[in-house]
Amino acid sequence: MSQNSLLDDISIVLCGEAGQGIQSVEAILVQAIKKSGYNVFSTKEYMSRVRGGENSTELRVSSNRVTAYVDRIDILLSLSEGAVPHLKNRISESTIIMGDEKQLKSTSFENTLPIPLLEMAKEMGGAIFSNVIAAGVIACILNVPKTVFNESIKDIFGRKGEKIVNKDISAGTKGYEIGKNILNSNRLNINVKTNENVFNEVLLNGTEAVGMGCIAGGCKFMSSYPMTPSTPLQSFMASNSEEFEMIFEQAEDEIAAINMALGGSYAGARSLVATSGSGFALMEEAVGLSGMIETPVVIYLAQRPGPAVGLPTRTSQEDLNLALYSGPGEFPRIIFAPGNLEDAFHISQRAFNQADNYQIPVFILSDQYLADIFYNIPMMGIDSTKTEHHLIKTDKNYMRYHLADDGISPRGIPGWGDGLVVVDSDEHDEEGHLTENLDIRDKMVEKRLKKLDLIEQDVLAPELIGSSDYEYLIIGWGSTYGSIVEALNNLNHDKIGFLYFKQVYPLDKSVSDYLIKADKTIIFENNAQGQFADLIKLKTGHDLHKKVLKYNGMPFSVEEIEKHLKEFLEA
Amino acid sequence: MDSTQFDVEGADVAWCPGCGNFSILKALKETLAELEIAPEEVVMVSGIGQAGKLPHYIKSNVFNGLHGRSLPVSAAIRAVNPEILVFNVSGDGCTYGEGGNHFIHNIRRNPNIVNIVHNNMVYGLTKGQASPTSQLDFNTPLQVDGVFEEPFNPLATAISLNASFVARAFSGDINQTKDILKKAINHNGYALVDIFQPCVTFNKLNTFQWFKNNTYYLDESHDPNDRELAFKRAIETEKYPLGIFYINEKKKTFEESLSVYKTDKSPLFTRKQNLEKLKNLMETKR
Repeated sequence: MSQNSLLDDISIVLCGEAGQGIQSVEAILVQAIKKSGYNVFSTKEYMSRVRGGENSTELRVSSNRVTAYVDRIDILLSLSEGAVPHLKNRISESTIIMGDEKQLKSTSFENTLPIPLLEMAKEMGGAIFSNVIAAGVIACILNVPKTVFNESIKDIFGRKGEKIVNKDISAGTKGYEIGKNILNSNRLNINVKTNENVFNEVLLNGTEAVGMGCIAGGCKFMSSYPMTPSTPLQSFMASNSEEFEMIFEQAEDEIAAINMALGGSYAGARSLVATSGSGFALMEEAVGLSGMIETPVVIYLAQRPGPAVGLPTRTSQEDLNLALYSGPGEFPRIIFAPGNLEDAFHISQRAFNQADNYQIPVFILSDQYLADIFYNIPMMGIDSTKTEHHLIKTDKNYMRYHLADDGISPRGIPGWGDGLVVVDSDEHDEEGHLTENLDIRDKMVEKRLKKLDLIEQDVLAPELIGSSDYEYLIIGWGSTYGSIVEALNNLNHDKIGFLYFKQVYPLDKSVSDYLIKADKTIIFENNAQGQFADLIKLKTGHDLHKKVLKYNGMPFSVEEIEKHLKEFLEA
Repeated sequence: MDSTQFDVEGADVAWCPGCGNFSILKALKETLAELEIAPEEVVMVSGIGQAGKLPHYIKSNVFNGLHGRSLPVSAAIRAVNPEILVFNVSGDGCTYGEGGNHFIHNIRRNPNIVNIVHNNMVYGLTKGQASPTSQLDFNTPLQVDGVFEEPFNPLATAISLNASFVARAFSGDINQTKDILKKAINHNGYALVDIFQPCVTFNKLNTFQWFKNNTYYLDESHDPNDRELAFKRAIETEKYPLGIFYINEKKKTFEESLSVYKTDKSPLFTRKQNLEKLKNLMETKR
């Protein structure tokens, strides 16, 4: 068989059944690869089941920074019989398929590289070890030092005790033996270079970037109800709650979660909830409460395909409208949609400042894809994060809803100062007591909506990437960022630009100017109706020329975007 | 201390003349005054309903939130600032109907709050429909054949969940109600005080006289530390016992279990985020 020459950017996919530990392997490998000085990216796709099915993880290892999902598979490491059929559409002639001889027997693909995975696992004491052996194989062929690999095993499996860690390290050694044989056979020629800078960078996933941003934003209270794909943020905050003096409470349902968050916020703690589509639907009533009592709350809405339960473990951008129109009545809100890890951090921090400043609900729209991807980025500038302080100590004459000129009544909290803090979900007077006086009603509606004028002056403008002298303009928001940017770079076309939105509501005033300048516009969205395209139309009057909509639960790959852009340029 | 300091100047009280809510309001104001508690130290949290309006008529900090959702709010306020005295005041529909799930789980959570439930066995604000505690055969515009669903028993439910303090009062007896409220306030943990009250407009079945005739006080022989006995008294319906049914002093409160108060007892609003620690956390991701 011929030698497989791999360039300096390779895509390795591990695939096996739920319960085979694919996610542990991902965690071990991304860390070990990064610590060896390689740029790394990983993304997983998995089924909503604890055992069986087929789950896969893609690892990209590259001489240059990589931040997006590709369809291409250079090396497939199969851990189960179903792996090859599961990924058949992504396997090409150049894909090298590694896996146990027995499991590869039935495959019609020719470029296979059988390895004694099951046999070695049996020697180690059971099939359960095949995942770590596989990790060892990959680490070895990528030239990850064994000591670095061992450290990652200790890191990920440390809590299971020394005995298990040692077993796993031995399993990894077996993997390295297989890997050496592969390298000696000259079947592979991997040419990824290490980069000194990578050693100093940090390896984060989207969830951690948001979580650290929330801590930087001064989050002190979180209550939530577990729901994929928001649960990882709940775990992150819970596990850091003691260190950062935060309260985390798993509420009895989403309704309780957001009402608790509002109670916590009323008492002076910056508060957060995390949820997904259906869970957020339960929270909607209290979004209105936040708007009415002008009590801030940050809502992390990690999207997955709906309606109802939908596809629990997949990704989507279907809940923009849900967030935008949630809650009865009229009140201001802000909706962010970070598309990369740096923005996930900085925007999450900003969300708390803005929620507090304007006394409103603020959304961080994420999704399964963004929440779960890992890649290395430069250390984030925490020193530059600014916490604004908006609470006041009350005096005897304090009125919670004082009719301030700009609509922002200074916010006091109970137990700080001599005043009383009265908030009411009914329409209320300046003191906060319920009223049915219709003149006051008018004034209060106007006061609440006046804040929108200020918010509109304080928007994160969309970012233009690529040519500023564009004729063709790509529109994207949130997590499609990475794939669009990479596709754009691959095209290397001087008449195409990408307008990336990290805040989707309110829209910046510059949007119209960007759109007018373009001859042709194209938008990529992970939903079936083009919700953001509709919002742009509503707010600017511009119809976008082409909508590329994907709603099968998978993210856009770089190749897919490239293909659509080529067609778009040729049309 | 004079209870008039809890009066809200110019309050336009929306209750019907003769409503049991007036007696509960009076009892609460007097209780707070007698315990020398100042309005600034108190947060009154309520949902929606006639009872849910009470916080507007008593000078204090107020969170009048959504229907059924007051208990999660109360628990969170107390968790974020354990120096504040939190009263959760709402009716039987709000607490046991719309908020039933929160009722169960806040008993489990055990925040140190007093939960006053105005129990008039009918919906007043929406004009006379059945509540979860409405009695069988009670006719309403919606229960046209009379109530046929088993009335909810809040005390038995609370005792079955090992609530830390369970009591029932009657609005017609202000002195006894005050006595029960004082004990509830001094109790460390979640304290349920269900208060029977007549609805003069919509409940012609359970009138002031009906409550007089169909209730009696638990006597001194009742041991509130005996859970089984408390449960037995709670399911009595021939005549309804009043008083303190059950106390469990051994339960840790929600706040006491939170790591934020392990070494530092100060309210969370006084604490800043620690960016140095965050930097260290990020360093671990190198």
